[in-house]
Amino acid sequence: MAAHSEAEIAARGYTFSELMVAAAAREIADGELVFVGMRLPMLAFLVARRTHAPRAIGLFENGIIRETPSTELLYTMGDPPNLRGATQCGQMLDVMGMLQQGRVDVGFLGAAEVDRFGNLNTTWGHRNKEMQRLPGSGGACDIACLARRTVVLLAHDRSRLCDRVGYITSPGYGSGNSWRRVQGLPAASGPAAVITTLGVLRFGHDGEAFLASVHPGISVEEVLANTGWTLRVADELIETLPPSDAELSVMHEIDPNHFWTR
Amino acid sequence: MMTADSKLLTMREAVSRHVPSGSMVLLGAQLEQMIPFAAGHELIRQGRRDLTLVGPISDILFDQLIGAGCVARVMAAWVGNVSAGVGYCFRRAVEHDIPRRIETVDYSNFTLALALHAAALGVPFMPTYATLGSDLLKKNGNLREFSSPVSEEKLVAVRALRPDVAILHVQRADAQGNAHLWGSLGVSVDGAHAARKLIIIAEEIVEPAVIASDPNRTLIPGFLVTAVVHEPWGAHPSPVQGYYGRDHEFFSHYHDQTRRLEDFEHWLTHWILQVPDRLTYVNLLGAARIEGLGVKQHALSAAADFGY
Repeated sequence: MAAHSEAEIAARGYTFSELMVAAAAREIADGELVFVGMRLPMLAFLVARRTHAPRAIGLFENGIIRETPSTELLYTMGDPPNLRGATQCGQMLDVMGMLQQGRVDVGFLGAAEVDRFGNLNTTWGHRNKEMQRLPGSGGACDIACLARRTVVLLAHDRSRLCDRVGYITSPGYGSGNSWRRVQGLPAASGPAAVITTLGVLRFGHDGEAFLASVHPGISVEEVLANTGWTLRVADELIETLPPSDAELSVMHEIDPNHFWTR
Repeated sequence: MMTADSKLLTMREAVSRHVPSGSMVLLGAQLEQMIPFAAGHELIRQGRRDLTLVGPISDILFDQLIGAGCVARVMAAWVGNVSAGVGYCFRRAVEHDIPRRIETVDYSNFTLALALHAAALGVPFMPTYATLGSDLLKKNGNLREFSSPVSEEKLVAVRALRPDVAILHVQRADAQGNAHLWGSLGVSVDGAHAARKLIIIAEEIVEPAVIASDPNRTLIPGFLVTAVVHEPWGAHPSPVQGYYGRDHEFFSHYHDQTRRLEDFEHWLTHWILQVPDRLTYVNLLGAARIEGLGVKQHALSAAADFGY
């Protein structure tokens, strides 16, 4: 990944994590049901609610449903501020049932690896050819199978954006084309975007990823050089909009010490 | 309060009587809240071996039990340290058989919840679309693809999972085990119904009349309960809504102190092996830390009127 110095960040006025949070927030439309997940997406949900999507509703896999996001920094979805003032504290099956019914518009996921068809691996990684056991699915496989759209966030690195993942923890478009339908997955489901530290990937009708936007200051060549397959580039490639002052102020308010947005 | 049918035991007694080596144990049913750490530590101190751990996610308690050599098999959706990342003991065991080889049976959160739900309903499986197309489905023998008998669809049958014992931490219970819990419920109710034995760990033991005053909040009926343990701070470093917050620094310290095996062994001795009981553990945490984690602003729910 390209080195980004403190001076560059200071000149730009935001970190790449903050850019990713803003890009993730914009994937949430007003009024949508959102499976929020952990880390950066927790901030993205709050940013969306406080800017363009004031009626978005957050679902958490521990059974929590929130219409008003917690205004305290969350380290986990089970932190006490995420329960006080919740719309409902139910059971895991309540929210998973809504997911399986097709009610959930968008779900956010992190990943150790993502491949050209948007399949995710959070079970087995490798470093220097040694296999590394990772924590596993959590709810990621469920969200990837059942949410109408999934949005993936990860650092852009050649070893993490790989041609094919070694283990499909959470299915994307498999090997492309009609793969999801053949598996029996719901018709309206699958990856919508992969937001990285360098750009945003989206998916063609054949299920293969393409570069849809590059972040400010990043060249297409840099993205391609850091991607483990020959990444297609959109004809109408755009530059990712930097985070707005309003978006940044929400992030600074909730995470002033940059615990999640270093 | 101590009536003839009281199920109150000390943690030492409850673990000694009801969780033998080789047991399948459900822990961490409420995800990041109310993780029964005190019970897990007692399992380690009593030298349990060959346990099968069952739970959706596990925020460092599974990692500790694995590192201490208590575990033969893990049936879970996620094993690690939620705010800090990976679980090093889990990795050492899976990758290098340290301190021993363990078997992993990988679930997703939903399929683990359905496995417990099937057992709670007394049926052999529950159907779902979740995990279709994934390698979880290929590798986990308790997930089986089948054709729907009532429609033209593929589904996954999630085999019922019936733990030998479920250990649940709750806010309050009476001496018979009728329990109030609120906040993060996760898979606790299905887990309680699914298990053959149920140990309730409570922050407070209250009179039966307190529990009976709010039956909607009684998520565990006492007749399902095998033993009740009164163990304040028994879920630390995980939070208990209305009692104490999450000790984020403890999780981050655990992450740093378990990267190397010798550091983990030191951590294990300091926080578990040389600590005889939970009171000593709380003293080890120190008054300032306990004060810092306590409730700063109470938020009482409105009373529900059961009158007529």
